[in-house]
Amino acid sequence: MTTHAVPPPGFGRRLATWLHRHPRLQLGTLLAGPVGWLVIAYLGSLAILLLNAFWTTDSFSGRVVPTFTLESFQTLLTVEVYRTIALRTLGMAVAVTLTDILLAFPIAYYMARVASRGTRGFLVVAVLMPLWGSYLVKVYAWRVILQGNGLLDWALEPFGLSGPGLNQVANSWVVLSYLWLPYMILPIYAGLERIPGSLLEASSDLGAKAGTTFRRVIVPLVLPAVVAGSIFTFSLTLGDYITPTMVSHTKFIGNVIYDNSSLGSLPLAAAFSFVPIIVMVAYLLIARRLGAFESL
Amino acid sequence: MLESGWVRIGLRIMTGVTLAFIYLPLVVLAVYAFNASRSQVWPPAGLSLRWFAEAATSGSVLEALGTSIVAAAGATAIALVLGTALALAVQRYRFFGRETISFLVILPIALPGVVTGIALAATFKTIGIRFGLPTIIIGHATFCVVIAYNNVLARLRRLPRSAEEASADLGADTWQTFRRITLPMMRTALLSGGLLAFALSFDEVIVTNFTAGPGTETIPLWILSAIQRPNELPVVNVVALFLILLSVIPVYLAQRIGAETATVTR
Amino acid sequence: MRRLRIPTIVATIGLMVAACNTSVPEGALTELPEAEDALNLVIWVGYAEDGSSFPEFDWVTPFEAETGCQVETTDGVDSANMVSLMATGQYDGVSASGDATLRMIAAGTVAPVNLSLIPNYEGVFEALKGQPHNTVDGVPYGVPHGRGANLLMYNTDTFTEAPTTWDAVWDASSPAVGKVSIYNYAIYIADAAMRLMNTNPDLAITNPYQLNEEQFNAAVDLLKEQKEIVGEYWGLATDQITSFGSGDMLAGTTWQYQYNTITADDPDAPVGITLPEEGSTGWSDTWMIAKDAAHPGCMYRWMNWMLDPETSAMATIYFGEAPTSQAACDAAETILDGAYAGHCETFHATDEDYFSKIKFWTTPQADCADDDEATTCKDWDAWVQAWTEVTGS
Repeated sequence: MTTHAVPPPGFGRRLATWLHRHPRLQLGTLLAGPVGWLVIAYLGSLAILLLNAFWTTDSFSGRVVPTFTLESFQTLLTVEVYRTIALRTLGMAVAVTLTDILLAFPIAYYMARVASRGTRGFLVVAVLMPLWGSYLVKVYAWRVILQGNGLLDWALEPFGLSGPGLNQVANSWVVLSYLWLPYMILPIYAGLERIPGSLLEASSDLGAKAGTTFRRVIVPLVLPAVVAGSIFTFSLTLGDYITPTMVSHTKFIGNVIYDNSSLGSLPLAAAFSFVPIIVMVAYLLIARRLGAFESL
Repeated sequence: MLESGWVRIGLRIMTGVTLAFIYLPLVVLAVYAFNASRSQVWPPAGLSLRWFAEAATSGSVLEALGTSIVAAAGATAIALVLGTALALAVQRYRFFGRETISFLVILPIALPGVVTGIALAATFKTIGIRFGLPTIIIGHATFCVVIAYNNVLARLRRLPRSAEEASADLGADTWQTFRRITLPMMRTALLSGGLLAFALSFDEVIVTNFTAGPGTETIPLWILSAIQRPNELPVVNVVALFLILLSVIPVYLAQRIGAETATVTR
Repeated sequence: MRRLRIPTIVATIGLMVAACNTSVPEGALTELPEAEDALNLVIWVGYAEDGSSFPEFDWVTPFEAETGCQVETTDGVDSANMVSLMATGQYDGVSASGDATLRMIAAGTVAPVNLSLIPNYEGVFEALKGQPHNTVDGVPYGVPHGRGANLLMYNTDTFTEAPTTWDAVWDASSPAVGKVSIYNYAIYIADAAMRLMNTNPDLAITNPYQLNEEQFNAAVDLLKEQKEIVGEYWGLATDQITSFGSGDMLAGTTWQYQYNTITADDPDAPVGITLPEEGSTGWSDTWMIAKDAAHPGCMYRWMNWMLDPETSAMATIYFGEAPTSQAACDAAETILDGAYAGHCETFHATDEDYFSKIKFWTTPQADCADDDEATTCKDWDAWVQAWTEVTGS
């Protein structure tokens, strides 16, 4: 065996070796980018915004005056309409999440465990394609359907009924459930797919009927995926202001924040932002406990 | 097959109903794309292709399309790099704050877009960055990171370290191992994460509304402005229809990739 | 056919030489800079048309050709949106309504204007000069775009005769109950105050925008009553174009723009428009220049351009409001092959009597915008909060 002179290691190789010997530094280089971005850029911006909640505005010029005060929070707690809006939004988020779970489960189950390979592929594409259709356009299409003398009224006319028109908060429920449905179908589908068929067979071998198998085997296994999907439906509903404005003329948390985000009322917008932030942080903590983060 | 016949029929029906529900507004949209008049009343007055012609020749539509694609590509690229780095760090090392990081990375997408938008806009203004394509990309990348992170992390968990160890034993340094062993094994995760991030960025309107500058319009911003103008409102339907039909390509690709992964890991 | 205009800079130099004794407000430019190559504007939809909606309505392309300033516009969804956009510092100018102007002036977002640099300002109607919503302590902050009133649009099948009062949108016995369409913005509280001026003189409301506690609460209560009969709170003009065009809404507050668009689409549409006897709120939007604008030369040229008689005629014909000068009225008779002759009569452009019944949008201020130190009024924050209360519950 002939020996060849080994060329001296290049810069890249030496750097790699050095980093390998200093694993903490290697970790540091990996983390620098993302952590810097998330913590400094994102969290920093968020913190500054939330800080505004504790300030007030000069009533004449509308400029924010950085003196510590709790008056924004006081307003939110004492004026009844803000409570109404917050509860309405939270209620809507729960309703939409439950609706989406109920709608998503059958189709996801069908796709994951019953459909043939070809059908499954077709269904996945069919479910995903609308995600690419613009959010705004889908909302507007629903508006056309739900508006007075729109498609719904036209369809109900032969029966002598008429649709609710655009002044109903239920419209938001329908449209929001519609919009976030694919975000619920996909994780549930993925979760159901991961369940090995052998488990279900074993359960039936042990004498469990379909209902029991479902309740005691499938549901616990797919729960993290359901919770993962619900993170999207819940958070997207909490912050939306475009859909409520366009199809139901009612105000949600997002509307109040948006309406107040211009000069002069930023403290109120910032204070109200605490509501969805606290709710979502709590929700995320619970979701993580239930293992949803692995199923995202 | 454990499900009884009745259950299967029921599932088929529900699937059909859900699909009909999903596609109802899209069908309405398609009908209106051929609407002969400008107004949005139902039923449409007649059928015509005039809005297709308008869309094809509209400079602002094409410009918005270009801006959207560039912004989405930029955001996806940044998200993939940051997400992969973060996933590698979290999966392979133990360090202080590891649990918190995975919580932190999901925040931008879990918190309301209006809050993220206002916060970022205020920061950009304070720093003095000119609003435009870069600020849009920064905004989008922030919530796209989690998509890349999740996909890569899920894949890394399933990857055997043995291949990488073997590579190191054979004398490869860190970059070579990464480039030749790890990256190819992660490829499908990167692709599916990247596609989803691209779609998310392409359609984002709320954060974009706050971080865009004058003269920079993405497709969603163009739509937001077009629905206020009676003459452009119908063009919106055409553009949306076109985007949905075009999306078959990436969606189909993503599905094929996903199917490959599924068979590989089973 | 557009007539060739004197290059602005020659005219301006002439004016500068001639008007040395005109005082220049502090913070305003003292001389007209060279035209830059771009101009970024925040506008109401329809205020800067470039022919893409209707080929004959285009006053942006000629401006670009003449000055070399490429115009980029961003539509403001509402006044609050415009204020936010201007606060980013990314724009050179804005077509601001009266509820936004004073806020931006106080916040220092916009700069005073040196009117001697805008030759076309001389011809503007006296009644439009020095308006309280764009002039502070005698310092001008912009030039007017036009003026118009918030009108009552009604379905002609339901109202066979044109309504003469605003009862159609306030009364529980109105034929339009449940199908009333109201502008979704806090400034509408002033319309409630105007209603009270007629129905409840005890409150002694003289200025519907500066309301003390008692007057304000009465207005808000009236709005909560009105909510029972309201069918929609419209935010975008296209909302109403659809809701009235489809026959869904039967009466409501509107801008001429919606009516023009509905009847352009369908001349037989059963809609009518009128100004009730009690008068109404209105708006006279102002073109304002941003403080430290990146393209001040272009912005001043734009302000001058918008006061040009032909531009003013075309822009106000398009949107449906009264133009800013007699010269514009004259131009409106012949512009576009005389298709819009009579424009100024329709919009009462020279009828100061008519406009005395219109209370233009302005910003509610805590000091009531008067010299009396003892009076306090509700400020804009209170208006926004109250509006959230009315529409949010």
